Amino acid sequence: MHRRATTSIESRTVSDQLPNGLKVVVQEVHTVPLVSVWCWYRVGSADEGPGLTGASHWVEHMNFKGTVNIPREQMKGIVERFGGMWNGYTWIDQTTYVETAGRDALDQMLFLEAERMAYGLYEPAECESERTVIISELQGGENDPDQLLDTEVTATAFRAHPYGHPTIGWLEDLGAMTRDDLYDYYRRFYIPNNATLVVVGDVDATDVMKRAEKHFAAIPEGAMPQRIRAIEPEQLGERRVIIEREGTTGYVKAVFRAPAASEPDFFPMLVLDAVLTGAKGVNLWSSFRGVPPQRKARLYTALVERGLASTVSGAILPTVQPYLYTLSFTAIDGVSLADVERAALDEIERIQRTGVEPSEVERARHQLRARLVFDNDSVTNIAHQLGYFETVAGPRFLPSLQRRINEVTLEQIWDVARRRLTSAHRTVGWFRPTSRS
Amino acid sequence: MSSSLAAGLSPVRHTLSNGATAIVQESSATPAVSINATFLAGSFCDPDGLPGVADLTARLVDRGTARKSAAAIAEELDKRGVALRVGTTRHRMIFSSTCLAEDFDDVLELIVEVARWAAFPEAELVKRRAESITVLRQNEDNPSVRAGEALSELLYGPVHPYGRPAKGTVATLERIDRDALVKFHADEIRPAVLTAVVVGDVDAAKTIDRVCELLADWNGGPERPIVVPPPAVPAVRRVRQIPMPGKSQTDIAYGFTAIRRLDPRYHAYWVLNNILGQFGLGGRLADNIRERQGMAYYAFSEFNANVGESPLVVRAGVDPKNVDRTIEAIDAEVRALGLQGPTDAEMDASRSYLIGSIPRLLETNESIAAFLQDCEQFDLGLDYDRRLAGLLNAVTIDEVRAAAAEILHPEHAAVAVAGPETRGGE
Repeated sequence: MHRRATTSIESRTVSDQLPNGLKVVVQEVHTVPLVSVWCWYRVGSADEGPGLTGASHWVEHMNFKGTVNIPREQMKGIVERFGGMWNGYTWIDQTTYVETAGRDALDQMLFLEAERMAYGLYEPAECESERTVIISELQGGENDPDQLLDTEVTATAFRAHPYGHPTIGWLEDLGAMTRDDLYDYYRRFYIPNNATLVVVGDVDATDVMKRAEKHFAAIPEGAMPQRIRAIEPEQLGERRVIIEREGTTGYVKAVFRAPAASEPDFFPMLVLDAVLTGAKGVNLWSSFRGVPPQRKARLYTALVERGLASTVSGAILPTVQPYLYTLSFTAIDGVSLADVERAALDEIERIQRTGVEPSEVERARHQLRARLVFDNDSVTNIAHQLGYFETVAGPRFLPSLQRRINEVTLEQIWDVARRRLTSAHRTVGWFRPTSRS
Repeated sequence: MSSSLAAGLSPVRHTLSNGATAIVQESSATPAVSINATFLAGSFCDPDGLPGVADLTARLVDRGTARKSAAAIAEELDKRGVALRVGTTRHRMIFSSTCLAEDFDDVLELIVEVARWAAFPEAELVKRRAESITVLRQNEDNPSVRAGEALSELLYGPVHPYGRPAKGTVATLERIDRDALVKFHADEIRPAVLTAVVVGDVDAAKTIDRVCELLADWNGGPERPIVVPPPAVPAVRRVRQIPMPGKSQTDIAYGFTAIRRLDPRYHAYWVLNNILGQFGLGGRLADNIRERQGMAYYAFSEFNANVGESPLVVRAGVDPKNVDRTIEAIDAEVRALGLQGPTDAEMDASRSYLIGSIPRLLETNESIAAFLQDCEQFDLGLDYDRRLAGLLNAVTIDEVRAAAAEILHPEHAAVAVAGPETRGGE
């Protein structure tokens, strides 16, 4: 094993790279007798071309369906015997698998992930069975009008970039994709040099490195997959989408072009979002956890406290390429969607005219600092955080995150508000409910 | 201070003369603290004919006190990066929050302030009631919620405290006035039914002292026995279909009334539920409905035992055309497990899983706090986390077989189906 990286005192992580290119990141946490293993792949729905939408997610499902050395019926039980949980998720830039269990399960978890990386079976009957499971997952999402609107607004906001299609895929593609499409996709992206293994918990880092070598070293390095090179053209004017369907409640979304995690604008946008809607976790998983502190946030006071909306939320997440800053509102029963939209845009225009107050920025910084502490509340969440940032933003993102937030100035926030939250860069969506007959 | 929970919990507990209980578990894993202050005052305590009072009280309780305006409370929370969540279940009103250790004293004091001196301003009532009504309207459009609520009503009847709508209805919310909230608060939010659990980077002795200082002069009525009536509905097959045109997927809720949390058979039922609809992706149910038939993204069962006879519930979300096949599959799995009981291999696997998963139950400060609340409410003992493995290990296959034979009868099941193109009726 090459020792290319060294221990970082600040983050208390150790990272190394196997000769086949697999990066291994370990953090010892001895407060609970648990270990969390995550295996991350740089593949997500951004890698799917026409006709293959949903392939990344479907491949993720297939990697629970048996491997050469783990018959399908024995997949279940490997981690459970140790009281463990296992799962996976796919998003636009990444696919990841997790197991958290007692420390005695470490070897079994690494074995499972190595099998997944190289020896998936993709039995045709299993692919067919999973097709309908995934369509069921898609239909379950469609039952939620807010999610339905999110899909339509995102698709409207992008014209060229594959970030525009839903991670679960379009129904038509899910109906048409073949077993060979899935297997080819799997073989292209599931190679050690396109992956990061993260282990956090009650372990010895040196021991983990040895075990990782034992399980993964025999998997050959692959040719790095060709990525889709699409650059979203500049948006020249506001776009709108209105969904009218049976329902009871109205929803409004306003999305704007957001910077990638690597762009300097990302950090002022993060603080601006905290001013507008309250700070939440900076990575995908933690961004959903709990309600943010937002009662003094601009859009909460402008909409919820004025009786126009029952919920307000904002989302800006670190992504490899420029994605979206999404503002979402649930209209109070009886309030028009136009009034909700107007109040939200008025508040944004107010910030564009006069900027934000120093006290608001101080509050936002404290909120973000607290969230970064709260996100380290378990070995599972620490491991997720390490893998997420490693995969979408590189190893230097997380150690510098707090400093970059602290360095954001009032002028930078005002600047991104004026440049980025313009009508020309905006896509607005309404879900207007119609009554059931 | 011990920073490791690797050997199990070591909470400190103190009961005040007014009946309030404080429990503190030190953990310095992160410089953060979770507070969970629970009053045994959930929707069970709603006045007859006026469901929703407890839930609306929870929505308003932190929106202004005799000494602090809603805006001042909002500022105190937001400037510390803290969200205070107040919510209700059937038996509880829970104030919970996680804060930085440096903010703990201030946040604890604020939670006590709102719990003790909530003022329920009229203007706040107007706003929060509108939010609650919006939530109810959203729920009306949610097949999962509709199926779940319908199942509760089928199992318990519409006026039983476990069968009536916990968040009220639009009609009852419109009737609830400030006086109703003030009365609920005065009658139900009192120290005798309070357990305040603190978990995190604190000193236990100092925290107990601080809780005592904040609560010692609070008086209220004594704890009253909670008597949950038996389900008011005979255990026969009942089916309710809720048509929801425009939806893509149908939600099925299928269940039985089972045992109380303090029933001696509780751990056998826990293992039974794991085998039926939890182990792996969802036990026998998911093996059949998801893995073999490819019909659903989720199919599982859940059993959250409470004070009264509590439901064992099967859930599945399926394509509308597969509803009948799915219910047949649930019936088949329920019948088979009821008639034959589990296999030895299933018993071993589920026991190992449940015992091995105990540390995951205690992975975060918030989950430890919730665990300790259960220990306190059901008098399980502060060493329950250490005894739990032994209790699960002692469950025999005969006990699980007996539990299965007792409850798993498809002809006694209640079934609620919400989604598009439903067929037939009750």
